Amino acid sequence: MTPRETWQRIAANKIALASIIFLALLVLAAAFVPMLLPFGYEQQLPDSRLLPPGGKHILGTDDLGRDILTRVLVGARISLMVAVSVECVVVFLGLTVGLIAGYRGGWIDSLLMRVTDVLLAFPDVLLAILLLGTLGATSSRPETSAMLVVISLGVTGWPPLARLVRGQVVALRQREFVDAARSIGSGHGRILLHHILPNLVSPIIVAVTVDAAGVILAEATLSYLGIGVQRPMPSWGRMINDALDYYKSEPRLVIVPATMLSLTVIALNFLGDGLRDALDPRKTRR
Amino acid sequence: MLRYVLTRLGLAVPTLLAISFLVFFAAYLSPADPVDIILGQRAAPEAKARVRHEWGLDRPPLERYGKYVVAVVTKGDFGRSYQTKEPVTEFIARGFPNTAILAVSALGLALLTGIPLGVVAAIKHNSWIDRFAMAFALLGVATPSFVLAPVLTLVLAVRMGWLPVGGFSLQEGIVDPATFILPTVVLAARSSALIARLTRSAMLDVLSQDFIRTARAKGVRPLGVLFKHALRNALSPILTVAGTTFGYLLSGSFVVETFFTIPGIGNQSITAITARDYPVIQGLALLLAGIFVGVNLIVDILQGFVDPRARVSDQKAI
Repeated sequence: MTPRETWQRIAANKIALASIIFLALLVLAAAFVPMLLPFGYEQQLPDSRLLPPGGKHILGTDDLGRDILTRVLVGARISLMVAVSVECVVVFLGLTVGLIAGYRGGWIDSLLMRVTDVLLAFPDVLLAILLLGTLGATSSRPETSAMLVVISLGVTGWPPLARLVRGQVVALRQREFVDAARSIGSGHGRILLHHILPNLVSPIIVAVTVDAAGVILAEATLSYLGIGVQRPMPSWGRMINDALDYYKSEPRLVIVPATMLSLTVIALNFLGDGLRDALDPRKTRR
Repeated sequence: MLRYVLTRLGLAVPTLLAISFLVFFAAYLSPADPVDIILGQRAAPEAKARVRHEWGLDRPPLERYGKYVVAVVTKGDFGRSYQTKEPVTEFIARGFPNTAILAVSALGLALLTGIPLGVVAAIKHNSWIDRFAMAFALLGVATPSFVLAPVLTLVLAVRMGWLPVGGFSLQEGIVDPATFILPTVVLAARSSALIARLTRSAMLDVLSQDFIRTARAKGVRPLGVLFKHALRNALSPILTVAGTTFGYLLSGSFVVETFFTIPGIGNQSITAITARDYPVIQGLALLLAGIFVGVNLIVDILQGFVDPRARVSDQKAI
């Protein structure tokens, strides 16, 4: 299937297309809109606290007089950057472990899969909470805390991908084209890189898309609990936590970041489903 | 069957060891000095040296880890809290009942709502009730508990005044049952959604198989087909998800407990993490891992009963 066909299939799926448009707009808005707005994300305007939406502040201001639109979009940067970085770690670790285990087989496979099972047996957010707690994110600078969040979510998040990759590699290893490659004298590196890896791209893309939704939720949870991204960085979870003293009179302070969070998670889920349908070779002839 | 249980049990030990090892060395690698946490940073150097020796903190990390594991296994001794200096077990024992009752009632609620919803959605496939169930499932997965908690509190407690605002604490004597409702509902929502979604797809899978058509064709009553043939075969995946759900409930209880100020182990963990009280964090990590491994073990054993194939296939799996 060519990339063009794949794209046509995704475009034909209205929900997936809407998700792509939403995510693209979110990325663009997160990247550029805060630069165009006249407020800094930590800039406090003492005489404009808790302003309702409208006028200069499109979504109003929070209890410290900070512009909510600016903060929610800078929060999007953090969510997206954490998600992308975590997925890089997850793909690196999951792919390495899965490839080695699936391709080598034998005791290495058993050992690696045991480790994977052990980690898989423990809910990853819980492990990330404990890991972050011991690594000491709460007393770090905001930038360091974001990095620690990435490390803890990445280190705990790779087992499902490793299982997926291993399963695929075990199946691919026995296919004719791998035998053919071996019979003409290709080495292990060449077989892995040119014959097995290209076949792993689709399932990994699908898995990573859906997993990114979980990572964004996990980051928000950690930041909500106060052990993730630290102030004054406006993570969505942190914004919701900061709003808890005022939400009874100003529910907007919770609802704005919560809506962004939920929409992003839903869009990633739909996009993952759409990609799965579009990339699944069993559906090629319909 | 015994062999099946023993293999499962054998897997639990390395899991617990790995978790404790990970948390112990994460603590060792962190830049904070435990003695500063015990005595405060401004304590005299002699006092610091004495405490360092008394608490065994001057020993190499592997030796400390070894001693820790031995003390846990032989004496059930998890060390003392850096902050309150009381034994970790006593500290945790105070919070645990609150979390246990919360997690168990949330699991109950999630099963009681999720399974029927999933079953009905599968029977009425593509009807409005199916769409409603799937919309609910999606919303449940995409709405974190720290959003659901303030929203429900605002609507049901603050505006309507139907329910109390705060949470509960078993230690404070007689507890108003109404204080359980909001925390339980908030904690159960996500799991209920996950269970509904999985039940639906498991039921759809089973309902499309030949033996269901056969049963219908030979005149088994619809309810008979549903309960004896379909649900029984769908039970195995539902059980699995109920087990993993329990893990989500435990991590979800961190959020719910802090929001509703319930003094459970979730709240204790956050306090311990903020104070860098490593022995308490380690104890809680082991307890949580133990619960999780235990629940999965129970699920696996039940699995063996519900689906005899699980017992056999497990031996040749992987």
